[in-house]
Amino acid sequence: MLKRPAFHIDLKTCTGCKTCMVACKDKHDLPEGVKWRRVTEYSGGNWVRQTDGTFAQDVFGYYMSISCNHCEDPICVRSCPTTAMHKDECGIVKVDHAKCVGCRYCEMACPYRAPQFNPQIGMMTKCDFCEDFQLQGKAPACVAACPCRSLTFGEYDELKARFGEATTVAPLPEPTITQPSLVVTPGRTAKAAHSDRGRIRNPEEL
Amino acid sequence: MMKSIGLNGVDRRTVLKWCSALGGLSALGSGAGLLRPALADAGAAATAAEAIITSSCNVNCGSRCLLRTHVANNVITSIETDESGNDEYGMHQIRACLRGRSMRKRVYSPDRLKYPMIRTGKRGEGKFRRISWDEALDTIAAKMKDIKERFGNEAFYLQYGSGSTGGLMSRANAFTPLVRLMNCYGGFLNQHNTYSTAQIATGMPYLYGINAGNAMSDMANSKLVVMFGNNPAGTRMSGGGIVHDMLVAREKSDVRLIVVDPCFSDTAAVADEWIPIRPGTDGALSAAIAHVLISENMVDQTFLDTYCLGFDEAHMPADVPANSSYKAYVMGQGPDGLVKTPSWAASICGIPAETIVRLARQIGQAKPCCISQGWGPQRHSNGEDACRAIAMLAILTGNVGIPGGNTGAREVGYVNPFSSFPVLTNPVTAKLPVFLWTDAIERGPEMTAFKDGIKGTDRLKAPIKFIWNYAGNTLINQHSDINRTAGILADERKCEMIVVLDHFMTPSARFADILLPGTTNLEEDEFARSDYVSEMGYVIFGKKAIEPLFESRGLYEVCADLAGRLGFKDKFTEGRTRDQWLQYLLDQSRAKLPDLPQTLEEAWKMGVLKIRNPGPPDVPLKAFREDPAAHPLKTPSGKIEIFSKRLWDIGHTWELSEGDRIPALPEFNEGFEGYLDPARKRFPLQMITHHYKQRTHSTYGNIPWLKEIAPQELWINPMDAEPRGIRHGDLVRIHNDRGASVIKAKVTPRIIPGTVSLPEGAWYAPDAHGVDQGGSPNVLTTHRPSPLAKGNPQHSTLVEIAKA
Repeated sequence: MLKRPAFHIDLKTCTGCKTCMVACKDKHDLPEGVKWRRVTEYSGGNWVRQTDGTFAQDVFGYYMSISCNHCEDPICVRSCPTTAMHKDECGIVKVDHAKCVGCRYCEMACPYRAPQFNPQIGMMTKCDFCEDFQLQGKAPACVAACPCRSLTFGEYDELKARFGEATTVAPLPEPTITQPSLVVTPGRTAKAAHSDRGRIRNPEEL
Repeated sequence: MMKSIGLNGVDRRTVLKWCSALGGLSALGSGAGLLRPALADAGAAATAAEAIITSSCNVNCGSRCLLRTHVANNVITSIETDESGNDEYGMHQIRACLRGRSMRKRVYSPDRLKYPMIRTGKRGEGKFRRISWDEALDTIAAKMKDIKERFGNEAFYLQYGSGSTGGLMSRANAFTPLVRLMNCYGGFLNQHNTYSTAQIATGMPYLYGINAGNAMSDMANSKLVVMFGNNPAGTRMSGGGIVHDMLVAREKSDVRLIVVDPCFSDTAAVADEWIPIRPGTDGALSAAIAHVLISENMVDQTFLDTYCLGFDEAHMPADVPANSSYKAYVMGQGPDGLVKTPSWAASICGIPAETIVRLARQIGQAKPCCISQGWGPQRHSNGEDACRAIAMLAILTGNVGIPGGNTGAREVGYVNPFSSFPVLTNPVTAKLPVFLWTDAIERGPEMTAFKDGIKGTDRLKAPIKFIWNYAGNTLINQHSDINRTAGILADERKCEMIVVLDHFMTPSARFADILLPGTTNLEEDEFARSDYVSEMGYVIFGKKAIEPLFESRGLYEVCADLAGRLGFKDKFTEGRTRDQWLQYLLDQSRAKLPDLPQTLEEAWKMGVLKIRNPGPPDVPLKAFREDPAAHPLKTPSGKIEIFSKRLWDIGHTWELSEGDRIPALPEFNEGFEGYLDPARKRFPLQMITHHYKQRTHSTYGNIPWLKEIAPQELWINPMDAEPRGIRHGDLVRIHNDRGASVIKAKVTPRIIPGTVSLPEGAWYAPDAHGVDQGGSPNVLTTHRPSPLAKGNPQHSTLVEIAKA
């Protein structure tokens, strides 16, 4: 098992296909409404109609696939009133269902919306980094699924060494909030975190 | 603790919600507790007895993916994909997209047809009663005999469909057991063209003799790639297919990629530049780029003189008027007298003139440059001309037939030689343009070669009286002008029998007279072949994962039973069982693919055979480029026919609808229901129908997982939404004289103003007033065919939109 399991996403190749979302839903048999992995569509830009019937524009857009970042300082753990949410010895942030009361404080606290309420069991659920697959020597379902090979996983420090310092791009929150175990390769049109150039365009799909 | 929550904006209201949640939970508490051990037990049982069986996703996306189906106690528990090897390119993993990964939900959909049924209500009403397989097949056989006797074999039509594609024994089109059945029975009315490619597959051969482009992986050899309406990230989503080829090639070369498209597609999201264009105006843009290339001496004159006819007045066929050449057309000496300057095109295309000049210079200066197009630009009323116009950019710059270049057509690649199921020969020679089947129901014997594009005969003998609709939704959903089609189908005196064999109660299934439940490919043994790939082909050996659900049966079994009832079982089966046919096809193919397994048992064990294409990526017309005399093209002159004398003759002899024309040159033809159509006064918005990740055409259109994460929605620019009072997420009514559809608006800058896009394939769902509530674009599209191919112009549609 990894010491600090982390995901890497390459925004230069992610086409927003959402295969990671479905692979996750199938692997963990998640009901409708429960999405351990979510793909955000972030886009923006303006259009100006010119006198000759043409348009000037500076439109851009890209996708961002996020599950749980198994943060070093997980705000969900800090927010949990029952200590159900915890980080285990392998660095995986987990819900102890013997303790979870489904209050959803973790969901409200997490800036990545990683903890997901499952109404069928009345408790929180979330990405467990496909721990069972890791024990079998397999990649997490989302990583193995990615048709564009945009997702990888590994030891945080090794991913950082391989893909560069964790860069924060919009629409991700400041990493100082939770210290996410996430390494991002920005795409060609990536905007800085807190940029006002674009916004999340698919809130209903998240 | 409270401090950290407080930092994230928890207020008193939220705390109150928390209290009520707690209250709710205490009421449910014991129930939740009881659920936990039950879930754990199910998981443990699944692990203990689980088998992993190789399967495939056989739908018509142009890819074909490997699935690994986990089965416990005859129940599919999950679906994984190819995880073999180290994923090295050339022997890479065939990773399924989101649709293939939801296959479990498709197999177990509550919409599954469970047993044969016969219609009890009006046709299309969707009212049926259960019957036995014997009664169903007896009824079909009796009606087949009756129709054959009264109208002959030309009255039988095998509806276009692609819900099952890529398999050998279960595929919907062409080499399918259904074709063999009908050929044994004396034949059926053939079709030519497809709903995917009618205009480009018809138009390109007039230019090149073929319709083919360099393999996608060859873009690693390019200095610039310009894609017109080509969106591999949306249309070739397999991780073993074209989008992967594109990304790998790009990683190798970091080649600059420009996407010309009305939409900021998912391919544009990873490209270097997006040039938004009004739909149907690619011909104008191409002519203006040509103007810059000619004016600034960036054309490859040696290439044009050596390999082409029709560029300038010195290379024209006899017997055509002066100034009929392409150069004369572009420079304003042709019959229209218009100089095709960038500012002329700008106001048509919506692209600033300086952007056109900049694009032209980039194309002219990059050596080699890959000009490619998808099938969006051609699915228009002027598609036959638009596709050739785009190709002119490759021809003018001499990029044809070389690595890193392209013809301007869509990419091809490794062609899988694995044998098809043998279907014998169709004794009927008549061929109908696939888009005109409703006309053949209404006025078959009036349809002729010169007026309706009938091939194989001058005139049809009979109207369509019997429709086989297997694994397809073209009967109502995917064909244009749904309300018109529904009216024609509703009249039982016209088409007398419609048989549907499918998995679900699709919109088309509702129009069946006899409705038969089919197996999915996970419920029978099946081989599947790679489709569009660059350098690696494959054959997937899919073993039956579970027993057929309910009373469902496979296509071959149904056809064999009918062959028995019609008196030619031995001719149909040749004494083989279905598995013996698979073995036969395996043996037939081994000469071409020596690494194929010997037996079915070995095949199931192997799961997949990957075949690496030897040599560099495919470059069509390479031999012609190297030696045009030794390798002439399949055009009358053997050269690239920029001016086509054949089209000239057709344009002067065919009976065309008012306003239609068939130009000999690859010129901008306004077409109907485009940006310049006066009808835009009433219906000011152009509507296109992009391919969408939720579905492959209409397949997977009923899967809640996919509808949840990729809901059907209308793309509309804020500049069009705001004056109409439409906000993101609002329900809107899209309408024109043909119909109306209601769906949610996606207000997005990712589409050019004046154009909306409603993704194709959503299931038609009329309310009590006949207004579609499913966002099905074909309630709005026209049935009027394109002039030459007689193809479906489904991106040439004018609409208006209002808040619903």
